[in-house]
Amino acid sequence: MSINAVSVAEVTSPAARARRFRGSPKLWIGLGIVGFFVLLGVIGPLFTEEPNAISDAGLTGPSAGHWLGTTQSGQDVLAQLIAGTHGSLEIGLIIGVLATVLSILVGVTGGYLGGRVDESFSLFTNVVLVIPGLPLVIIVTDYIEDRGVVTVALTITITSWAASARVLRAQTLSLRERDYVRAARASGERTWRIILVEILPNLLPVIASQFIFAIIFGILSEAGLSFLGLGGTDHLSWGVMLHFSWTAQALALGAWWWFVPPGLAIAVFGAGLSLINFSFDEVINPRLRTKGVRA
Amino acid sequence: MTEVASRNGIATLEVRDLVRDFVVGRERGRRQILRAVDGVSFDLVAGQTLALVGESGSGKSTVASVLAQLIRPTSGTIRLGGKLIGTRGRALRRYREEVQIVFQDPFASLNPFHTVDHHLRRPLRIHHRAGSKSEEDEQVLQLLERVNLFPVKRVAGKHPHELSGGQRQRVAIARALAPRPSVLLADEPVSMLDVSIRLEILNLIDQLKTEDNLAVLYITHDLATARHFSSRVIVMYRGEVVESGPADEVILAPKHPYTQLLASAAPDPRRPERRTQLPERTTQLLERRTQLLEGTTRGEGCRFAERCPSAMPVCATRPSLVDVGTAHQARCWLYDGAAGE
Amino acid sequence: MTAVLSVRDLTVDYAGAHPVHAVSEVDLELHRGELLGLAGESGCGKSTLAYAMTRLLRPPAEVRSGTVTFREPGGDEIDVFGLGGEELRRFRWKRVAMVFQGAMNALNPVISVRSQLEDVLDAHEPGLSKQERRRRCAELLELVGVDRRRLTSYPHELSGGMRQRVTIAMALALRPPVMIMDEPTTALDVVVQRDILNEITRLRTELGFAVLFITHDLSLLLEISDRIAIMYAGRIVEQASARELLERPRHPYSVGLLSSFPSIAGPRREMHGIPGHPPDLGEPIAGCPFAPRCPYRRPVCDELLPPLTPRDAALVACHAHEPSTYGVPAPDALLRGEFHPVAEAEVVS
Repeated sequence: MSINAVSVAEVTSPAARARRFRGSPKLWIGLGIVGFFVLLGVIGPLFTEEPNAISDAGLTGPSAGHWLGTTQSGQDVLAQLIAGTHGSLEIGLIIGVLATVLSILVGVTGGYLGGRVDESFSLFTNVVLVIPGLPLVIIVTDYIEDRGVVTVALTITITSWAASARVLRAQTLSLRERDYVRAARASGERTWRIILVEILPNLLPVIASQFIFAIIFGILSEAGLSFLGLGGTDHLSWGVMLHFSWTAQALALGAWWWFVPPGLAIAVFGAGLSLINFSFDEVINPRLRTKGVRA
Repeated sequence: MTEVASRNGIATLEVRDLVRDFVVGRERGRRQILRAVDGVSFDLVAGQTLALVGESGSGKSTVASVLAQLIRPTSGTIRLGGKLIGTRGRALRRYREEVQIVFQDPFASLNPFHTVDHHLRRPLRIHHRAGSKSEEDEQVLQLLERVNLFPVKRVAGKHPHELSGGQRQRVAIARALAPRPSVLLADEPVSMLDVSIRLEILNLIDQLKTEDNLAVLYITHDLATARHFSSRVIVMYRGEVVESGPADEVILAPKHPYTQLLASAAPDPRRPERRTQLPERTTQLLERRTQLLEGTTRGEGCRFAERCPSAMPVCATRPSLVDVGTAHQARCWLYDGAAGE
Repeated sequence: MTAVLSVRDLTVDYAGAHPVHAVSEVDLELHRGELLGLAGESGCGKSTLAYAMTRLLRPPAEVRSGTVTFREPGGDEIDVFGLGGEELRRFRWKRVAMVFQGAMNALNPVISVRSQLEDVLDAHEPGLSKQERRRRCAELLELVGVDRRRLTSYPHELSGGMRQRVTIAMALALRPPVMIMDEPTTALDVVVQRDILNEITRLRTELGFAVLFITHDLSLLLEISDRIAIMYAGRIVEQASARELLERPRHPYSVGLLSSFPSIAGPRREMHGIPGHPPDLGEPIAGCPFAPRCPYRRPVCDELLPPLTPRDAALVACHAHEPSTYGVPAPDALLRGEFHPVAEAEVVS
């Protein structure tokens, strides 16, 4: 391989990017945090007692029997935290997937097709973007009777996809003018194939980044909703825990073991996801790297 | 005025009065139009190369984009094999089978995500050039052989970033050959390559032209290679054809003042005395005029007038292409008897 | 002719898992008032060399060995690598100025031309009065052939050629004895390029500074240079006066490179470039780096690195001119300046 690819500015090959990616400390810390919570949410429930089991213990602090103490109804906080992890992750993932798929459909198609299609898609995106998210979700959930996981997820998705769609549209507009896309058109490649085979693969880093954003946004939105008492009724999440601890006046009572763990979980998990996203950014745009260039 | 097709060949691709406008902004509510290509006509003949020479802003790349049907012309006609070209559906696909393009930037014209094999296989498949997968496999390897990239199996599995600029450009040429076209548009195919490999790539295109009897359009700003690799040359300036004719004549004995300027400005150490040194004052004058008129998109009259050492009052009217030799035309009042000053 | 800038044994590597030897053991001398052309293709190390000489290299590029010495008119010598922070700042622009590749795009888009020129004067001659500064700016602009009314323009209002002239004006602001120009005309149209080159020649005649002109366009260098050095794979392979190089190129790469520039006027004939591509500078190279592409290669070329040796009026790094090493006398074809490529096919590694 001649020096051409090395000497000037960035190395842009996918292989080199993958190498840089793997070497990033942010990535590993982020993955570690996320991995920890995923394990907690998936395997944790097997090791703890029933989170909703009420006991006579009442509000007690951390002890040998209850590592994170109990709630006002004597429920084991650790069990709740683990169940809540499961619930939050589940919702976050559903929202992440739905929002990303929607943003790809609207953003990439509109961006590539241009013209009237793009104008209408773009207008639609901007309108949704401008509508205040949380109030909209609150109003919608108010009307809906069934507050299952999927319904809540769908509702939050409505307000999560627009920003991502804009980003993807911008990227697609840029990619559309690349010579290799023009070459595909000149070869007679059909439009849908160009979008799917030529453009989407090159959007993967951005899509991955947007996917993670969507998960963070989803978890935070659900937490907010649940805290206000508008979240899902049939499952436990970090936000639900915060809601109950608040209504039970845990703060005033000094029962920190009830609201600190879920709050901390939200913050740390969000940070973990963000770190992964930062490492994506470094790969996408090497100028953001804080360490030296590695060839 | 049309560019006369070479007597020896039947025109494969006929371009007549091609016009392409771009909207470049709005001023006081009215759209500003830039006429990038203004009434360009020429023929591409099988087995021959036509060089399209021009600098940035001449419209040459726009011509390539229109001929490759990447953008639509504002007006004008294009005939392939005598028939008006199709712009949609199956007719468009058949056009694409016949007319292929090689882009300037070898680092941008291949998709970094896909292998060389993908790039060559897709056009084969789109245009049904192979009956079975194994036939396809074989044709991919054959294409690589034709452009002299070895070992073919290993190259097919490579990604663009694993190849040098010259190697990528060979892949781009192979891709263009896959549908077995009759017309090849080469848009500055070597400008971004190292000097020592430019001639190799141009030789390759020339060889393929002979082997497949291709009609080649060679777009470039380099007069030397334009002369050596083509039989006819047309020179564009700000959207118009200002001179056209046999390569040797246009480049060695240019008639239009712009062509003369191009020929004298190119570095050529083997002819140190032949250059007409523009006097300093005139150089500054030219710059100043160019600077002042940088923004105008259309004026009436000859577009080169503000930079022309031979500008005359009649140049305020747009000149037409007139004959200045055998199959040699120039758009200049200096040769137009009708100027009658 | 006295040397104003001397480079001795300069080696620059790009550090990393596989260090890349961008510049290897380069000796170069720029004489007072001369135009030295540095020719080479992508990856040959010419830009790295220029950056190293002006201490503009950034990690992972590192100078592994060598010195760069600037000689004052009075005879004092300045070790460029030994300069401290403030000394370096004063050295820059006053002694050595640089015009980068694409410099015309490096003008600050939100500041007027006058402000940019004034910034340069401010940084290096803070004592000037406001009037004096304005006068100098107008002078500078006219010096490079741009109307002084353009002082109030912004970069985007100027053509590419004019922006490049402004960049050159900025470099000349302090009348440095040395200018290093890296591809100053590459992005410009050939007519504008001709104008800029004429301008540079005129300025040199008027002001007498030396220029290190770096470009891949050898045909251009042959026209304007006093001497030319040709780089390949991080090394200087030939160095001679422009006339000598044109009439009697000695290194096979020089011969091949010259034949890659077809003359507009010459007779139509078979023309070739140099098939193949430069070696991977991340791998150790045994022998001559050009050997794989050289029509005059012999076994010794794969084993021994040819040193840069004086041969009549030129310096050449090639075994073919040393019969005792080469084994046979120099091939007639080489002495006639012919280059018949060895490889037909492009072999991908």
